[in-house]
Amino acid sequence: MSAPAAAPAEAPARPVQVKLVLLGESAVGKSSVVLRFCQNDFQANKEPTIGAAFLTQRCRLEDKVIKFEIWDTAGQERFRSLSPMYYRNAQAAVVVYDVTKSASLEQAKTWVKELQRQANPNIVIALAGNKVDLVRPSSDSDEPSTPTSATSDDDEADDATATPEDDAAEGGDEEGAVAASESRRQVSREEAEEYAKECGLLFFETSAKTGEGVVEVFTEIAKKIPLDHILASTRGPGGAAGRGAGRGGPAAGGASVNLNEEESAKKDACAC
Amino acid sequence: MDEEYDFIILGTGLTECVLSGLLSVEGKKVLHMDRNDYYGAESASLNLTQLYKRFRNSEPPAELGRDRDYAVDLIPKFMMANGEMTRMLVHTDVTRYLEFKQIAGSYVLRDGRIAKVPSTEMEAVRSSLMGLFEKRRAKKFFEWVQNYREDDLATHQGVDLDKTPMKDVYYKFGLEAGTQDFIGHAMSLHLDDTYMTRPARETYDRIVLYTSSMARYGKSPYIYPLYGLGELPQGFARLSAIYGGTYMLDKPVEEIVYDDKGKFVGVKSGGETVKAAKVIGDPSYFSDESGKGKGEDKIFLEGRVVRAICILKHPIPNTDDSDSVQLIIPQNQVGRKHDIYIAEVSSTHNVCAKDVYIAMVSTVVETNDPEAELEPGLKLLGPIYDKFVEVAPIFSPASSGSYDNVFVTRSYDSTSHFETVCDDVKDVWRRAIGSELVLKKREDGEGIQEAA
Ligand SMILES: Nc1nc2c(ncn2[C@@H]2O[C@H](COP(=O)(O)OP(=O)(O)O)[C@@H](O)[C@H]2O)c(=O)[nH]1
Ligand SMILES: [Mg+2]
Repeated sequence: MSAPAAAPAEAPARPVQVKLVLLGESAVGKSSVVLRFCQNDFQANKEPTIGAAFLTQRCRLEDKVIKFEIWDTAGQERFRSLSPMYYRNAQAAVVVYDVTKSASLEQAKTWVKELQRQANPNIVIALAGNKVDLVRPSSDSDEPSTPTSATSDDDEADDATATPEDDAAEGGDEEGAVAASESRRQVSREEAEEYAKECGLLFFETSAKTGEGVVEVFTEIAKKIPLDHILASTRGPGGAAGRGAGRGGPAAGGASVNLNEEESAKKDACAC
Repeated sequence: MDEEYDFIILGTGLTECVLSGLLSVEGKKVLHMDRNDYYGAESASLNLTQLYKRFRNSEPPAELGRDRDYAVDLIPKFMMANGEMTRMLVHTDVTRYLEFKQIAGSYVLRDGRIAKVPSTEMEAVRSSLMGLFEKRRAKKFFEWVQNYREDDLATHQGVDLDKTPMKDVYYKFGLEAGTQDFIGHAMSLHLDDTYMTRPARETYDRIVLYTSSMARYGKSPYIYPLYGLGELPQGFARLSAIYGGTYMLDKPVEEIVYDDKGKFVGVKSGGETVKAAKVIGDPSYFSDESGKGKGEDKIFLEGRVVRAICILKHPIPNTDDSDSVQLIIPQNQVGRKHDIYIAEVSSTHNVCAKDVYIAMVSTVVETNDPEAELEPGLKLLGPIYDKFVEVAPIFSPASSGSYDNVFVTRSYDSTSHFETVCDDVKDVWRRAIGSELVLKKREDGEGIQEAA
């Protein structure tokens, strides 16, 4: 699978910048989903990447080009210490849970509540049940794992003293799992889909490992986002994401100032 | 938690967050905690609920509008456009998380009237603030500043910046008291007149910073982050987290644990002791019994500032309806030893609802009735919708930390910008790391991973 939605070089329109934030419990695969989307890559036993929690990916939708500015949690979700700045002006959010951990869906629900409280009221939210590869019967497993082992995973789910090392090990555990089958599933598609529908969220099951469903998350978000509205409001205060905002033209009360003046020319040149 | 850290950092104020970010980038293992459930400590920006809870323990009045529209700063500071904080933001690339706007105007009280601070030296020379002959003398002074070259003695005109007191420089150029006030207070942003007897370099540097900041965007030397100053610590905290820093808010610190020689061991929170080689923290974490090691004081009281956060329904009168201003009341104008500062921001900076203005009046406490000392400033504001007054202690570390591995930061002082915060960051770095802080441009290219 290649990143199919990437725009060709001769993209006609100026890209619409969309700030997208990731949310969800530690180790559900947030960073992996983005890595799959942006670089079409997957790393088992992935250690939290240092120095990369902000990726961009362009996505073409009919005649428009969307530039997703994707904010990763940088581990600040671990002790629920994400800052208001993180949610600020996000136009989209992907809330991830792990289909093999029922507690991670409960966590996802609290993140959705947090978004409703802190984020832009028009934010487009997608719920993604990740690691669906672990519950696909097609795998090389010879017999289904017992529900007991899955339950022991669950115990760790809300472990407030988990460390990055623990998480990596835990992920690796699942990754190299002996048994992979539908019986590892702790969250049924129906249950999660029902919840998503109630709350007006887009819903997907994904696998960062195989790529299943990943691109769809972002293209469906792109379709649902009021792009024209964003383009129009790029000039108003609070209308657009981060550093892109002030560029459209002078806002009421004066334009933003660009502190990176020397570098900005260079960056702009390669951005389109 | 049996992990051991290089640094535990207590309090998520700006100073601590900048340090946390820089230390993490340097590869240090950092655990950063705050007793509050929000970022920023004393440099936080609060929403309405948090604001009324902190000062009144009550709910905010409904007519002020939506909670989320507010980000009210607890300390009145702006960023010098060409200052050190700007450089730190740019070098660490924290600018990518933030957006800045100018502060629209800079004003000074002169003979009971509010006057605009001229935006360049030459404008000052042309303005009505000076008489004809004084203008000529001031022009000569500013030319000297502009032409001064360290390695060209002829340009010094006999002044040794490291020896000649500022008052002698004023004397040399024959500048009147009013002009001295303007240069020393409105431009150099000295809070009192003690600078007069100190070597001129300090004031010279401040004039250069002021004029170069002014030259950068035009209207005033100041810029300000949208959504309030609280965005700055959050931005640096994110930098730290990206480089592996661990963040825990809402963590009460029960005890700072020392060994029997009084050296730092760890921090006790929730009944557990987390160990680290060193601790950095804001003074509030060392100001009670539990923070003192073996009867030794970690901090001392340097002075106090009084601040009044005022909610207005109109811009400050006589400031050309500006959406944001700094207004300085020089000490001499009101018979004080320290200047009174007024800092105003508004919905233009996304810190309050439309048609609301947030003005903060502050000064260094000189008497037993601090609130009364703000009166000359408060009366320039017009009707005040609501007002929150606070007297804040200014603490300094009592020792370098080299013995006990405890590195205490300074409280936010009464200066109107972040230059002293940057000085403190460098000072703590020097004490805790043992070398000078060298800002490196981030080259990791976070975000450069664009799809082809
Ligand atoms: N089998 C499987 N493992 C995954 C998947 N996504 C992530 N992982 C693993 O789960 C662990 C945690 O992933 P990470 O992306 O760091 O989670 P985050 O903490 O939510 O960002 C890593 O070891 C990943 O390799 C997936 O779709 N399938
Ligand atoms: Mg991650």
